Amino acid sequence: MDQVIIVSFVLSVMTASTPLLLAATGELVTEKSGVLNLGVEGMMLVGAIVGFATTVHTGSSLLGVLAALLAGMAMSLIFAILTLTFLANQVATGLALTIFGTGLSALVGASYVGTAVEALPRVLFGQDALVYLALVTLFVVAWFLRRSHRGLVLRAIGDSHDAAHAIGYPVILIRYLATLFGGAMCGLAGAYMSLAYATSWAENMTAGRGWIAVALVVFATWRPIWLLVGAYLFGGIMYGSLAIQAAGAINLFGYPLVVPSQLVSALPYLATIVVLVVISRDRARIRLNAPACLGRPFHAAG
Amino acid sequence: MLLRLEPRGEHSRLWTYASPLLALALTVVTAAIIFSVLGKDPLQSLYVYLISPLTSTTGLPELFVKAAPLILIGVGLSLGFRANVWNIGAEGQYTLGAIFAAGLALSYPDAPAILLMPAMMVLGILGGMAWAAIPAYLRTRWNANEILTSLMLTYVAQLLLIYLVTGPWRDPEGYGFPQTALFSSNATPPMLVEGTRVHLGVLAAFLVAIIGWIVLTRSVIGFQLRVLGQAPRAARFAGFSQSRLIWLSLMVGGGLAGLAGMFEVAGPVGQLTPSISPGYGFTAIIVAFLGRLHPIGVIFGGLILALSYLGGEAAQIDLRMPNAVTGIFQGILLFFLLACDVLILYRLRGPKPAAAGGA
Repeated sequence: MDQVIIVSFVLSVMTASTPLLLAATGELVTEKSGVLNLGVEGMMLVGAIVGFATTVHTGSSLLGVLAALLAGMAMSLIFAILTLTFLANQVATGLALTIFGTGLSALVGASYVGTAVEALPRVLFGQDALVYLALVTLFVVAWFLRRSHRGLVLRAIGDSHDAAHAIGYPVILIRYLATLFGGAMCGLAGAYMSLAYATSWAENMTAGRGWIAVALVVFATWRPIWLLVGAYLFGGIMYGSLAIQAAGAINLFGYPLVVPSQLVSALPYLATIVVLVVISRDRARIRLNAPACLGRPFHAAG
Repeated sequence: MLLRLEPRGEHSRLWTYASPLLALALTVVTAAIIFSVLGKDPLQSLYVYLISPLTSTTGLPELFVKAAPLILIGVGLSLGFRANVWNIGAEGQYTLGAIFAAGLALSYPDAPAILLMPAMMVLGILGGMAWAAIPAYLRTRWNANEILTSLMLTYVAQLLLIYLVTGPWRDPEGYGFPQTALFSSNATPPMLVEGTRVHLGVLAAFLVAIIGWIVLTRSVIGFQLRVLGQAPRAARFAGFSQSRLIWLSLMVGGGLAGLAGMFEVAGPVGQLTPSISPGYGFTAIIVAFLGRLHPIGVIFGGLILALSYLGGEAAQIDLRMPNAVTGIFQGILLFFLLACDVLILYRLRGPKPAAAGGA
């Protein structure tokens, strides 16, 4: 019996952490190339509704997932053109992307509220393919950044775009590719929300997960494997907060402690703040691991 | 590439002011295209969106009512953005200001207005400041990124608001709706113009913008904020205290957002409900940029974005368009603005001559 509970707990935590892991893996690659895209929340929302609408109309969840991926990429392309070609401020452009994505997804999604789709087909241990794709992608990214030549080039561009440019690496092109990869992963994260996590669409359904994913990259101090730890930690907190709400009270040494559901809902956000503080207070560690050119525009002279 | 960017080597004054106008024009053209894609007559839709809200007798006053919170928050944010302090949690600070002021208004509904109104204003400011003090402390003491902490606190503030209006502060005679009792007339800001909803907060917004202008251009603090944003190293060598400026930016931003929240719930809304803001805290970010991070510019930015809210409501009624269109236009406006701003530091040039090309 206990074993069943533990297995079901692990599987639920995996479900809750998958969208965070997908989005954070994409954002990690983007940031490693020196680009700070704060539009994760907006890209996830657009991915969620495009994936959902495509699945409703075609009946194929595979097409839905692909469409979400492309939608996330299209959103990140807007960001890339503005910040990399037009040298716009990355923080402000990221915020604009989130405002735009929130509005766009609400407009498109208005006619899909109340519709349901079949959940993504399960492939292994009752989990769908995206759960495993998230894990595989993370390990591929970890290998790519640490072990491959191209990964080294990407990190070099993130750490010193002037030096990388002087050696002859195409700084802007690689930053475009890293940003588009980030967008694609956020699109997938959105698709997971609407096609697997909820199997329905609701306005603002990501509820800050995009921002938590951005925070996770800081939590991991830009190291992919720690992203896995962070995503499962937050997946656990989110699952725990849902479980407490469902139970209605916490069993505190035999005494039921009734907690307002809003306080429980606030736990993931409060945990994000706590985790950020714990990691960031070590200034040297942040400075050592953060891409040195993060958020800085690059313009080749001449 | 067909076009190249060539550094000007200086700030272009012309484009600093022309860029918002170009961005607005491009946004209107894009809006027309979106309207026709949605199957509406673009010219008629633009009329409904941009002109019709102002033609009715209540139109212009309503524009100022909607602009007031945007200007209040926008002035505070623009001071912080100049110093590269990214407080994007103004929405949460607005909510806390509203909650603090509402607590007083509901506890002492019969207190004389002459005492109650100033006390509510002070509490609104304190509420916003308290919420902004958390990211300020976490940034200066523990180096935590204020973008993420202030945004997370916005979600917490919204949950706190829902807890209050569905729980302890719910109006027992409200038929179970999640809302507090209506504020007493003593707790309602006086109207400045008879027969309209133009309240004291509108005057406050304009005063704050003028004070902000004086502080920014005529005071040492304003100078330090500008240096910190444009040349952080120079600011360090000059001995300006970075943490003091971070605290200042967040306290001013939070306090003004709290004041905006207080005026909004006490004035146009009249009670606490879960939907006391149509995203003013986020829209004010666009207002600050559109106003060139200048308090006087923020007034114009606030009026323009206020029109987008009124236009959105009109389009909802006349064109049966979802309200979400407003958010799309606001996002597109900021996109164009950020893109046009490249012209301040760079000029567009044609392709390089063939002899020099190839690079």
